[in-house]
Amino acid sequence: MINTDIAIVGGGPAGLCAAISAAESGAKVTLIERNDELGGQLVKQTHMFFGSEKQYASTRGIDISDILLEKLEGHKENVTIMKNTTVLGRYEDGVITGMIDENKYLKFNPEALIVATGATEKFLGFPNNDLPGIYGAGAVQTLMNVYGVKPGDKVLMVGAGNIGLIVSYQLMQAGVKVEAIIDAAPNIGGYLVHASKIRRMGVPIYTGHTVKEAIGSDHLEKAVIWQLDDKWQPIEGSEKEYDVDVMCVSVGLSPLNELLVMAGCEMEYVPELSGNVPLRNEDYETTVENIFVAGDSCGVEEASSAMVEGYLAGLTAAAKIGKIHPQYEEKKADYIKQLDDLRSGPVGKHIRSGIDKIVRR
Amino acid sequence: MRIEEHPILKFKRGKKIKFKFEGKTMEGYEGETVAAALHANGILVLGESLEKHRPRGFYCAIGNCSSCLMEVDGIPNVKTCVTKLEEGMEVNKQKGKGELK
Ligand SMILES: Cc1cc2nc3c(=O)[nH]c(=O)nc-3n(C[C@H](O)[C@H](O)[C@H](O)COP(=O)(O)OP(=O)(O)OC[C@H]3O[C@@H](n4cnc5c(N)ncnc54)[C@H](O)[C@@H]3O)c2cc1C
Ligand code: FES
Repeated sequence: MINTDIAIVGGGPAGLCAAISAAESGAKVTLIERNDELGGQLVKQTHMFFGSEKQYASTRGIDISDILLEKLEGHKENVTIMKNTTVLGRYEDGVITGMIDENKYLKFNPEALIVATGATEKFLGFPNNDLPGIYGAGAVQTLMNVYGVKPGDKVLMVGAGNIGLIVSYQLMQAGVKVEAIIDAAPNIGGYLVHASKIRRMGVPIYTGHTVKEAIGSDHLEKAVIWQLDDKWQPIEGSEKEYDVDVMCVSVGLSPLNELLVMAGCEMEYVPELSGNVPLRNEDYETTVENIFVAGDSCGVEEASSAMVEGYLAGLTAAAKIGKIHPQYEEKKADYIKQLDDLRSGPVGKHIRSGIDKIVRR
Repeated sequence: MRIEEHPILKFKRGKKIKFKFEGKTMEGYEGETVAAALHANGILVLGESLEKHRPRGFYCAIGNCSSCLMEVDGIPNVKTCVTKLEEGMEVNKQKGKGELK
């Protein structure tokens, strides 16, 4: 049995920041990550971030990961890092179980738990959508930016949100041809600066289009798209065919939080937050006492807000078990203000309305 | 299929190692995953679906979806997208659900 004040599941931006903040408050923290590397989705993000200075705007995702690791290193005496360790379950007595190196079981007995397990990529239904060559956008990003392997020669990108646009640009940087970007919605979902940069590089963006079918024997050889009318019905005769060996599916993420469901946290389906999410209070504590949450696992947003949520949950979880940071009130007010700023304006509107549905005061 | 020049990234590849896929010797780099090494060798089909035996490749590449399960060194159901390649590994397409030995 491993005893610790706070166990944090997931070493992405949210989990890293939660660990830094809880350790800074004086709690002994165990950070548990199933991969052999910390950083979560940041390790593949070669582009510069938005947000404000406090969330490292204008710094590349890969570098933010290094900055956070360095900060964590500064609290070594309070932090135990366990990599290659997957958390598998949580029991009524608060014990969580994990598996290290795929062969050894472990038990942890934390006073508080912070779940920061991130999100998983959504899929899209169309004939032959299971052919090899049809990959999630994050998978393509991992393959090329982490391992330096091209996904193929010609790509159809499905989804014109920020991820679709950014990954299209990164594909071109890696020397892969992007034939077109399509999106079923009538408007481009991502930031227009990204979209116009890509258009200038000669890639057409077709809104109001979706995939009709994929064609190929044992891997993707062709993709057929068609146009949708204003009732989202396909228009016969509007088909376009592309010779592509890769289709990149970038239709959003959904929160990964089975651990919370298992623990009995009250959940609600909130489309604005991309899926099933836990009810929580302002401190990011769920309906089960001493279980906290941060990052994409409590609502899909972006890395900047995941970091701030992590800092906040680390601070409040530590306080809950009696490790109160000397500047607790100032810090908390600052994190709440940062989150409000990130979610302000028209872009944050749906996130705000989603959060209104789950926060219990 | 490997990226040699990139405007932002420098790939620090580990040492070259050899492994086997379906008995055929292939090369990969230390530090990369089995699925990445196979993809770099032009192998897209990693297995087949259980009922209709349709070809399967990876999908998420971060260990979430189980689309990349293969038999590695005799052990079935290994998520090859998050399993690091090792010298001398024997990687095979998996037929069926795999057996516990
Ligand atoms: C393709 C893609 C592109 C993106 N581009 C941008 C962008 O340009 N700008 C931006 O701001 N955001 C971007 N995002 C979103 C951003 O990366 C995420 O919002 C952010 O990483 C969320 O942080 P997180 O810590 O909640 O989750 P993650 O970064 O996903 O980290 C979760 C961690 O938990 C681990 N984990 C999961 N389950 C377990 C378990 N049971 N046991 C142990 N460990 C576990 C995972 O291995 C992972 O390391 C992108 C996301 C994707 C997928
Ligand atoms: S590709 Fe999804 S688990 Fe490996």
